[in-house]
Amino acid sequence: MTAAPSRRDYSLIGRDAKLAVETGLSAAEWYHTDIPRKQMKELMQRSDGPAIRDTAIWLTALVVSGAGGAWFWGSWWCVPFFFVYGVLYGSSTDSRWHECGHGTAFRTQWMNDAVYQIACFMIMRNPVTWRWSHTRHHTDTIIVGRDPEISVMRPPDLVRALLGFVGVLDAWHAMSDMLRNAAGNISAAEKTFIPEQEQGKAIRIARIWTAIYAATIALALYTGSFLPLMLVGLPRLYGAWHHVMVGLLQHGGLADNVTDHRLNSRTVYMNPVSRFIYWNMNYHVEHHMFPMVPYHALPRLHELIKHDLPAPTPSILAGYREMIPVFLRQLRNEDYFLKRELPPTARPYREEFHNDTVAAAAE
Amino acid sequence: MSDWVEACAADDIDEEDVMRFDHGGRTFAIYRSPDDEFFATDGLCTHEKVHLADGLVMDDIIECPKHNGRFNYKTGAARGAPVCVNLRTYPVKVDAGKVLIQIG
Repeated sequence: MTAAPSRRDYSLIGRDAKLAVETGLSAAEWYHTDIPRKQMKELMQRSDGPAIRDTAIWLTALVVSGAGGAWFWGSWWCVPFFFVYGVLYGSSTDSRWHECGHGTAFRTQWMNDAVYQIACFMIMRNPVTWRWSHTRHHTDTIIVGRDPEISVMRPPDLVRALLGFVGVLDAWHAMSDMLRNAAGNISAAEKTFIPEQEQGKAIRIARIWTAIYAATIALALYTGSFLPLMLVGLPRLYGAWHHVMVGLLQHGGLADNVTDHRLNSRTVYMNPVSRFIYWNMNYHVEHHMFPMVPYHALPRLHELIKHDLPAPTPSILAGYREMIPVFLRQLRNEDYFLKRELPPTARPYREEFHNDTVAAAAE
Repeated sequence: MSDWVEACAADDIDEEDVMRFDHGGRTFAIYRSPDDEFFATDGLCTHEKVHLADGLVMDDIIECPKHNGRFNYKTGAARGAPVCVNLRTYPVKVDAGKVLIQIG
């Protein structure tokens, strides 16, 4: 299902990376909706309360579901418990890692750091490497050759995207990277976004994680049971589906190489359970435009600026209904993307994007 | 010896907030702390040259609006990733309701 070789070079040390820097597309000034300083300050305010409440619910549910799964291990009754445990372990940690990495979940920094470390371990993302890769993602969102977090490149590898729902390739790469880092090796691509003084920390974390996984595997072998791996490690596979389901919608099928988040990011209305798991990252245009705003204030930010944004996608299903046809068409024409219409109340996209003669944009 | 330059009126900045001040082709950030003291630093984040005046002041911390990098605006010390390089600070005084900074 993969098309001809891409004209885009996604390597962080390749042709398009150099071109983006030379043309000023990298580290560019991005479009922002105007918000009065007083309102922006109110939205940016930090508090511990919402994240303490949500983290208490999350950890309690994690312990109860994990204990239930272990208790009923060996019978079919363990399945619903591991279903919940897997999503809490392998999906909700994607948003916890992300929000605490921004330092916006809690006002108290050590709380951000503690949840960040736990969530990074569960989602198998080195906390040092991914802090810096995500910094780059915000500097150069969906800029080819610069953004290390483009989940669906063009032309789309749909097999890879589907495998993401069960975490197979992610976990394989995460384990390979962990062992490579644990051996003291920082790759050339990683060196482009991790400062030299931070690289030692990435190696130290990788060694600690390797020891934890080795101990878990040893316990599984000693007990002759998969149960230790069902609780540590494997949930990243069997519980990954939710974070991939919502994560693909963040930027999938939209523009690349633009400097307006309204063109390359998607806000999607979702049910409250998914929003709890996802910590409101469904308000993704808003998050990218104003990353200082905590997750619990994103609905208020959305109400304040929605006049200037494309209409939100009304549901997860609607998101896939608009995204999948774009992916399929990109197999034949990788320049194709979905250009989202702005309401009459919005400031228009900048001319260079309207007059794009290369891309054959959708309606 | 450098001159003192009038940046703004003291009342122009709310408590626990920051304001941008441009002078001589340079940009600065002027802070008013929760205990009503004034401070000044370079105006751009040392990480990616974003205006700190669009960021959030919490106690003695200024957080960059782009990547949430943190500095102690009283000392200029970088307080965590992605900022690694300290901010330059400048002496500040308040005279007759005006905030003055000494630009070196």
